[in-house]
Amino acid sequence: MLSKLTLEEAIIKLDSKEISSEDLTRSVLSSIENKEKDLNAYITVDAENALNKAKLIDTKRAKGEKVGKLAGVPVAIKDIISTKDLLTTAGSKILSNYIPPFDATVTKKLKEADTVIVGKTNMDEFAMGSSTETSYYGPTKNPRDLTRVPGGSSGGSAAAVAADETIFALGTDTGGSIRQPASFCGVVGLKPTYGRVSRRGVFAMGSSLDQVGPITKTVKDAAIALEVIAGKDKLDSTSVDMEVPEYSKNLGKSIKGMRIGLPQEYFEGLDSRIAENIHKAVERLASEGAQVVDVSLPYTKYALAVYYIIMPSEVSANLAKYDGIKYGYSAKDAENLMETYLKSRAKGFGPEPKRRIMIGAYALSSGYYEAYYLKAQKVRALVKQDYEEVFKKVDVLVTPTSPVLPFKIGEKMTDPLQMYLADVYTVPVNIAGIPAISVPANEVMDLPVGMQIIGPQWEEEKILNMAYVYEQNKEVS
Amino acid sequence: MSKLSKEQVKSIAKLSRLGLTEIEIEKFSTELSSILTYVEQLNELGVISAEPVTQITGLENVSSNDEILEPEVSREDLLRNTPETLDGFIKVKPVFEERESI
Repeated sequence: MLSKLTLEEAIIKLDSKEISSEDLTRSVLSSIENKEKDLNAYITVDAENALNKAKLIDTKRAKGEKVGKLAGVPVAIKDIISTKDLLTTAGSKILSNYIPPFDATVTKKLKEADTVIVGKTNMDEFAMGSSTETSYYGPTKNPRDLTRVPGGSSGGSAAAVAADETIFALGTDTGGSIRQPASFCGVVGLKPTYGRVSRRGVFAMGSSLDQVGPITKTVKDAAIALEVIAGKDKLDSTSVDMEVPEYSKNLGKSIKGMRIGLPQEYFEGLDSRIAENIHKAVERLASEGAQVVDVSLPYTKYALAVYYIIMPSEVSANLAKYDGIKYGYSAKDAENLMETYLKSRAKGFGPEPKRRIMIGAYALSSGYYEAYYLKAQKVRALVKQDYEEVFKKVDVLVTPTSPVLPFKIGEKMTDPLQMYLADVYTVPVNIAGIPAISVPANEVMDLPVGMQIIGPQWEEEKILNMAYVYEQNKEVS
Repeated sequence: MSKLSKEQVKSIAKLSRLGLTEIEIEKFSTELSSILTYVEQLNELGVISAEPVTQITGLENVSSNDEILEPEVSREDLLRNTPETLDGFIKVKPVFEERESI
């Protein structure tokens, strides 16, 4: 089945004309048709335009015309990333009718690379959640076990990649939303350094934390995808003007003498079977010549509290624009302007955005600002310093991506705080603005476990190489 | 401190322009309180001398060139998503109460 191809394999076969983009796209669309009833990984499937684009690329190739770097490869895009003329809901009722009039910069880059956009993937509402259960469009199921969640918030993207419903996908990561679902679905997920990839046209959640990144079948695929989407964008002033390395060409370097830090704080209070898997994976890296040292990041235990102040504060500001007036859902029964706001937002947002908007409004309000937001920004500096100190001693850090295995659908929905704790190992990375990748590290009871590799700011090459060396040398369980 | 009263939740909801039902207010009062209790663990740290983070990768005062960009989207296309328009403008419900004219 062609839909099983990796991004790397698909490019080679398409370039050599061994396969056509139309056949590849049809294969992906037929996976979608067969599996969507069970999985619900997509909010919108754009079969007709995808096939037209695929045929166009095939014609161009046949004529020997120049085509883009990923020409003819099917891709799925998380539904929080704007796609011109294609419904983009952010998983929310309040955007259930929103058709973006322009492309996000990453969408534009995928189009310039001549990818075939097959659809928009399901997600927690406004990327708020760790299970894809808060989506207005129903939960996505984990392809490995339909009674379990795929993780979140990019659960649709991770499930689609795992189930061969696409060749690769884009997600977004504010506190783990790429890495945790990648871990739960047994695929690779990369959160780049804050500012490596443009967020223009991506609906903002926590503006000081959000990043776009790839979810893929292999580490090399993640490197190829990052090359295409990374870089400075003058329409996102937080994107940084630095050269984008050729990530995919710099894989497979020896890790002999590289120093791997194991932070003790990331091996406390987790499922012991996950810890065992990660230790085994680290042994594999050690057998390739890496040195393993125990390290400590003492402020890590405060990172989640910092996150649940800073993120909702930014959410309360970013979600103020959904007011029932400019675009999106608008309550029909409002008598005056205030009622338009109150009713449109009350009916348009689900419980999780409402919770976060209110926590944020409270934390930013006069008399509480110093106690919450300002204090959180100070502790954020301490969390960042922790990493800076430890990266003087080691090249990368290795941790579990999640303290728990994929949990049952409904298991954590009744207690918001329990759901928040699922992000305890991924959140500190966003707090410090550094890059991290989740790579599959075998299984526990047939459920995937993810290993997280964390690097210093701008050092995606280091973590990609470490993940690649592991992937190439891991024991088959 | 912590436990948010129903009155406080009502006032935050109003500031946030969320028209909540009584049942929601009750539920959020408990849930928001438990979240606030959790984040208050930062108080263990006492007085912190570190400077607050302003931008995590150290960017400062990023400004654009003083040039006019061609608009990427036309006014018509932008307004296509707008619930109510009139003559190319966004239409809104009345802001002020109607008054007898003097």
